[in-house]
Amino acid sequence: MSTRLSKGGRLIDRSAPQEFSFNGKTMRGLAGDTLAAALLANDQMLLGRSFKYHRPRGLVAAGPEEPNAIVGLGRDGRFEPNQRVTTTELFDGLEAASQNHWPTLEFDVGVINNTLSRFLPGGFYYKTFMWPRAAWKHVFEPIIRRSAGLGKAPTARDADRYEYTYSFCDVLILGGGIAGLQAALVAGASGARVMLLEQSAHWGGRAPVDGDVIEGKPAEVWINSAVQTLAALENVAMRLRTMGAGVYDHGYVLAEEKIADTTPGDGRPKHRLWRIRTAQIVTATGAIERPLSFAGNDIPGVMLAGSVREYVVNYAVSPGDRTVVVTNNDDAYRTAIALVQAGLAVPCIVDARASVTGDLPAKARAMGIRVETGKAIAKVKGGKRVTGVSLCVQAGEGAVLEEISCDAVAMSGGWSPVVHLWSHCGGKLIWDKTRAHFRPDASRPPTGQDGLAMVVPVGNANGAMTAAEALICGAKGGAAAAEAAGFKAEAKAAVAEAAPEADMEAVWIMPQGAGPALKAKMWLDYQNDVKVSDVQLAAREGYTSVEHTKRYTTLGMATDQGKLSNINGLAVLADALHEEIPQVGTTTFRPPYAPVTLGALAGESRGDIFQPLRKTPMHAWHEKNHAYFEPVGLWRRPYTFPRAGENHEQAVHREVLNTRTNLGLLDASTLGKIIVKGPDAGRFLDMLYTGVMSSLPVGKCRYGLMCSEQGFLSDDGVVARIDEDTWLCHTTSGGADRIHAWMEDWLQCEWWDWQVYTANVTEQLAQVAVVGPNARRVLEKLGGMDVSKETLPFMQWADGTLGGFPARVYRISFSGELSYEVAVPASMGLAFWEALHAAGAEFGAMVYGTEALHIMRAEKGFIMIGDETDGTIIPQDLNLGWAISKKKADFLGKRGQERNYLASPDRWKLAGFETLDGSVIQDGAYIPSAGKNANGQGNTQGRVTSTYFSPTLKKGIAMGLIKGGMDRLGDVVEFTTITGGVVKAKVVDPVFYDKDGEKNNV
Amino acid sequence: MLILECPYCGVKAEETELTPGYEAHLKRFGPGSSDTEFEDYMFARKNPKGVHFERWRHVYGCGKWFLAARDTNTLEVFGTYPAQSSAPPADLQDKIKAKRPDWKGYK
Amino acid sequence: MSNAVSALGHASFDGFAKVREIGPIGMISLRAKADLPGLAAAIKAAVGTGVPAQRQIEIAGDKAAGWMSPDEYLLLLPYGETDAALAAIAEALRGQHHLAVTLSDARAVFRIEGAKADQVLAKLSPVDFATLGSKELRRTRAAQVAAAFWKDGDGYTLVCFRSVAAYVMGLLSHSATSGSEIS
Ligand SMILES: [Zn+2]
Repeated sequence: MSTRLSKGGRLIDRSAPQEFSFNGKTMRGLAGDTLAAALLANDQMLLGRSFKYHRPRGLVAAGPEEPNAIVGLGRDGRFEPNQRVTTTELFDGLEAASQNHWPTLEFDVGVINNTLSRFLPGGFYYKTFMWPRAAWKHVFEPIIRRSAGLGKAPTARDADRYEYTYSFCDVLILGGGIAGLQAALVAGASGARVMLLEQSAHWGGRAPVDGDVIEGKPAEVWINSAVQTLAALENVAMRLRTMGAGVYDHGYVLAEEKIADTTPGDGRPKHRLWRIRTAQIVTATGAIERPLSFAGNDIPGVMLAGSVREYVVNYAVSPGDRTVVVTNNDDAYRTAIALVQAGLAVPCIVDARASVTGDLPAKARAMGIRVETGKAIAKVKGGKRVTGVSLCVQAGEGAVLEEISCDAVAMSGGWSPVVHLWSHCGGKLIWDKTRAHFRPDASRPPTGQDGLAMVVPVGNANGAMTAAEALICGAKGGAAAAEAAGFKAEAKAAVAEAAPEADMEAVWIMPQGAGPALKAKMWLDYQNDVKVSDVQLAAREGYTSVEHTKRYTTLGMATDQGKLSNINGLAVLADALHEEIPQVGTTTFRPPYAPVTLGALAGESRGDIFQPLRKTPMHAWHEKNHAYFEPVGLWRRPYTFPRAGENHEQAVHREVLNTRTNLGLLDASTLGKIIVKGPDAGRFLDMLYTGVMSSLPVGKCRYGLMCSEQGFLSDDGVVARIDEDTWLCHTTSGGADRIHAWMEDWLQCEWWDWQVYTANVTEQLAQVAVVGPNARRVLEKLGGMDVSKETLPFMQWADGTLGGFPARVYRISFSGELSYEVAVPASMGLAFWEALHAAGAEFGAMVYGTEALHIMRAEKGFIMIGDETDGTIIPQDLNLGWAISKKKADFLGKRGQERNYLASPDRWKLAGFETLDGSVIQDGAYIPSAGKNANGQGNTQGRVTSTYFSPTLKKGIAMGLIKGGMDRLGDVVEFTTITGGVVKAKVVDPVFYDKDGEKNNV
Repeated sequence: MLILECPYCGVKAEETELTPGYEAHLKRFGPGSSDTEFEDYMFARKNPKGVHFERWRHVYGCGKWFLAARDTNTLEVFGTYPAQSSAPPADLQDKIKAKRPDWKGYK
Repeated sequence: MSNAVSALGHASFDGFAKVREIGPIGMISLRAKADLPGLAAAIKAAVGTGVPAQRQIEIAGDKAAGWMSPDEYLLLLPYGETDAALAAIAEALRGQHHLAVTLSDARAVFRIEGAKADQVLAKLSPVDFATLGSKELRRTRAAQVAAAFWKDGDGYTLVCFRSVAAYVMGLLSHSATSGSEIS
């Protein structure tokens, strides 16, 4: 059994017990424990079930590479699925629950997949998708949905807060082990701005666990002094619990800081996402131990040797009383030694190498530990827990020599440098045959904006596997990075005692001649249940590319992203293909290095500040008056103002009728307003608009169209001539920024010698449309300006004061009614708006929203950008030829409109439509025509673009595009309906209301 | 995520402060141009694996358009310069030629 | 005539830094090339400062002139004085190609004050505060919207568009929440 030892544990505080629960059962741990250590101390080895076969799963590792021990943490608003117990710090009150099992962890129905495993081989998912659709839908999907999947998505809103921070430095060091600390000391001394990040809660990495000796003292002494030195440097920033997640172009790095994981609800951000920009990156990310592939290597109790050592040394937790160590290298002997020193039994070290002569094996032998060389594990015995192992000869096929009873197995297949962050942005790897691992190829680094190397790998992450090598490498790397960032540095390294280690021997399966029965029990990917036999099957089926094999077998595609399985799987594939490992290559390393909480990626963008909502000065009034809002770009505009008992449609109809008979008020502040000024402003606007603006007299307004260079209609609005060299251009709501950018683009990049300045004054002004037969009366009541027909006729503007407000009044109409648009300074917008309502009460003033606006413009046959246009419509399609100058030699879009297919008489053109039965044509309806096109689809001859029930005319009205356009007047056509039917409509003039414009001519 | 130095305000702006504007040094063809000229102007865009000249706007900064010479493969930035340039500056062209001997020129 | 009101009615938030919406403040956008004859006189007449150099803001009491782009200056002054300043600019630049327009109401202005005020902004803007000049006017984004800020006294003054004032107040409050200090 696993248990807490009575002595030792460098990271725990025995005086600070912490109570936590696992699957509802109360357990006790100690401050300083990881959840993994605390669970082991409570003999909780069974922690989950595998993805496909639901095999029992226990801890394998002690760090972020852990594939199995994944739990749900917390509850309700703080429930988080898929959390690694190895990277979860224990705190009093922590709640954890295992996942991926049904109905219980101990008794899991899905384990039936295990007995059916020969029917669920590699490529199972792909093969199953090929089966008859019905079988998938009714048989497989329901079973898989119940039995597969990791964790459950939280249903409650996240109770925590998150944030970003942007940070800048010269040298960013990722990893606070001894190599990272050494690099930071050297780079820090150079004066460079240094940032040092460590993913765990402790500095120093594995050195204290390995018993390294630095400068003649235990590693911990040197680590503490290095940390103190660095903390005293003003140019060095240090963060624990902060994981470098991804390295991106031009020295951009994302890191996730865990702040309040152990203090939920204390008000601090749970996590913070660091968005760092640095000149140079030092990856001191260490190495990860590889499992060995022997039959039963997934049974709970089989763990990585280095991790077993870490639990014993750091947490005083023994994974088992009797631990068999199995290895192909010297490092695992440290585990055997540490276990024996802690008073635990190591019945045997099983070493695959034929000859074992190093210092560490000598020390183990001297301690009386039995070492079996040239041997392998034939099979691990046990179900939910290891009960023993059987030994065989590594060179053979698995004939059992003897059985050894044990309750834990510590395995080591060698160490792989963590090359993820080196590789994210293009760093290449080389295969180190001696150590059987990939490490960074310094001659092919990731490069930055200057084309030079921007990442320096150090320590274990660079294949410098001993403490002595790691320190030298760290110092050199720290100096190289500082110098590349423009500082002078000295690569002075601390000296570690170098214990010579003998070469490891690559062992990819154990025993090397294992037959199919054993291979089908050798796990490569624990989480996704991929075995040696699956990869070999994929190779036989023709999956010779490692990227294809990965997807076919799902090897390395689980939430651990193959940290343990990739190299072993690659080696098995290479062997099956009779190729060398470097020829087969690796899969691509992509960020993040380990999962990053979605909340951290979202940062502050939640709730009210999820995205910017633009509000007009009258927004609060609209809210108070029960506006139903609709998005217009990032603006929120009132769609309608329903009153008690009204639905939206009734409210809209009331607003239309009141505006047409009395007085309507619309908040038009979102309308774009751009000032264009200068000696060349007229010439510029003549290029921008299809019509002529240079000839517009001062004081007058003119409707204008803007097109893209392709000729397609992009925006419309009324232009006012303010003075000799100043125009004010109105754009559509939400179009102001786009059109302003469009203007600046042409002025800066094409006609930069023209003397024109623009200013976007959209938000300087609140604008109100005062519309209806009583519009003039209310303005006259406010007083201060002559707004009579004679002084301010249609399509003119005037400056003055209205009711004491400085105002610019435009006599323009988008509804056909007598109408004024009044612009006042935004800071007075609300006051003016309220004054209008007060003054207008006696004239039947009533606010209206965008839907009433849309209906009234449709009743008048006015086009709307985005309804009648969709980026493929030229003004001529909309019968707007009158707004296009024939005299101008050039304007934006003129050449585009000359293309022959745009000039074709076959183009669909605008017309009005009225159904014969008065009903409303459905949005999106098409007008079918006879025959089929080349794709066998029914032909069409037109479509609806705007369709409404007109409350004024009490019938459905529509605009649309139809082949032949207004030449089709009087024709009866059929529009489709959503249910497959048709509705008959007559082609009519799109001006449905007040064709002679009498309403406005008053 | 790229960093480009705005030649107008000197800010080393990150990509989120910028807006891309595609290929630089296009010649506008208006009325009177042939169909081929207009087609090239509208649609025929270079897509090199290597040296590329492109437009960027410092949209969250000074609002100005500028031009950048960049390797689309390595993302190395050779230089940025004002949009009011009918050709890349001579020293920038020399620098690119020195770094990329196979480069055929910006046209 | 009604008094002008700021977008948020002087909303404020107390966290590890203090956030206040201030204003309305008079603002004029002056577009002119740096070598335009009369430019220095125009800015002097309008706000009493010299012509700001690239990315700089010249502050003189309750007035200031900031460099916005090679041909744009932001003039700050008391709210009621913009018309007089516009007239002075027109006078100084008579016959010269320029554009001067009041934008006081198009903007919202915030103060972020306290020893750690820079940390509030560092969470929102991709700006290196260690290298930000003492008189530097930095135009950038605050999360998802355009913003400009500069150091003034014991904090920063931030300007954004009026329509997103509530969003920016939300951002600043979130970032200034006690307990979320970066260091
Ligand atoms: Zn700029």
